[in-house]
Amino acid sequence: MALKGNLRDFTITQLLNLISLAQKTGTLIVEGPNETASVSFREGKLAFAQIGKDDSSLANVLYKANLLTKNQYNIINERGRGMSDKELGLLLINASYISQNDILRSLQELFISNVNRLFTWVEGLFRFENDILPPDDKITVRINLENLIIEGSRRLREWEQLQDEIPSLDMALKFVERPNVNIRDVNLSVEEWRVVSYINPKNSMRQIARANKLNDLEIRRIVYGLLQAGLVEIIRPEGALPVQTWSSPSVQGREKVEKKSIVNRLIQRIRSL
Amino acid sequence: MQTVKMVVTGPFNSGKTEFIRSVSEIDVVSTERKISSEAERVKETTTVAMDFGRITVDQDLVLYLFGTPGQKRFDFMWEILSEGMLGFIVMVDSTRPETFREARRILETFRAYAPTPYVVAANKQDVDDAWEPEDLRIALRLSSKVRLLPCVATDKEPVKSVLLELLYSILEEMDLNEKK
Repeated sequence: MALKGNLRDFTITQLLNLISLAQKTGTLIVEGPNETASVSFREGKLAFAQIGKDDSSLANVLYKANLLTKNQYNIINERGRGMSDKELGLLLINASYISQNDILRSLQELFISNVNRLFTWVEGLFRFENDILPPDDKITVRINLENLIIEGSRRLREWEQLQDEIPSLDMALKFVERPNVNIRDVNLSVEEWRVVSYINPKNSMRQIARANKLNDLEIRRIVYGLLQAGLVEIIRPEGALPVQTWSSPSVQGREKVEKKSIVNRLIQRIRSL
Repeated sequence: MQTVKMVVTGPFNSGKTEFIRSVSEIDVVSTERKISSEAERVKETTTVAMDFGRITVDQDLVLYLFGTPGQKRFDFMWEILSEGMLGFIVMVDSTRPETFREARRILETFRAYAPTPYVVAANKQDVDDAWEPEDLRIALRLSSKVRLLPCVATDKEPVKSVLLELLYSILEEMDLNEKK
């Protein structure tokens, strides 16, 4: 029986737990709303993880881990074209540029970071392919899943809490009127600045997330921080449905004067209670 | 006969049923059940579908008050109850800060359902350890424009004040919309 389904019914944490306990070998493919993740396992241990079209070449991984200079990275890209990751790794180790441990540690960090990103996915179709393994030219690792699962559970709890705080991403954001606070003096990360640049009563949080390629957890986390700092407030987006305050279509169609009259009659009645 | 509807919402045990009971001219049609969860056993029963109260204005107009179920597992009822409402009241138990986050979640959820006016009632203000309404405002992250009113749901006068403030908000909203 194929292992496939929807993340709404079976979370990433549950999937990893199953893969770990059943000591599965193969590749988990998750088709999320924006990109596809591919995570490979050998005997229940994480071997490889890639999300979307991220450049997971060894040269790029080592460059991002500050183990290669920009110049070295460019030379490898120019001269080492066609060279597999395994060949490149061997070359760098033999030339004493880098140790085997450095390579494995950098790859482990990348794969763990990719799996951690995957924990934030709450929607998407998944399938586990027993026959698919990472390409032979890729360097794989062996990472126990237990710690990853614990971290995933932690993130799931965070997700639930953030969902309580910000239940709907269809609402917009607006800067709080606080003349004493200058947003430029607040220390924000690059991602937070990107979100801030889109804050406008016309933009829903969902639109801001899409524009910044943030998933639901990431946008909620940033907005929660801004809310806690008292910098923004949640409002209905401008141009949303007009105010509908009446219970029946017949009432909706009546003149404004009559609507006011109804509210005034209600006021009189409640005063007299 | 015209009918209009207001919704009274808020976390578990915030006083929604008492609020409606204080002003309803009929015995509140309540769907309370005995509480099964030990964690929530701070009272004997809770509302599982909705409470329903009525205030007849005159021969042509009736106001219905709907109370939402307080427990999170019944929140699928909220959207149904919010349909066509004139406005809504968020009840907060001022003595139980552990419910403030849930109150915020409910408030934000209802705001997302319908762009109708609302007020927040800081209930149980007669209890010694009740939070001051202005402290509650900060805890609930309410802007200064949102009406936050002290309330004792078992007492008719403060309940009337809350309802009146909601109606004043509705009038103000109408005036604003006219000017646009």
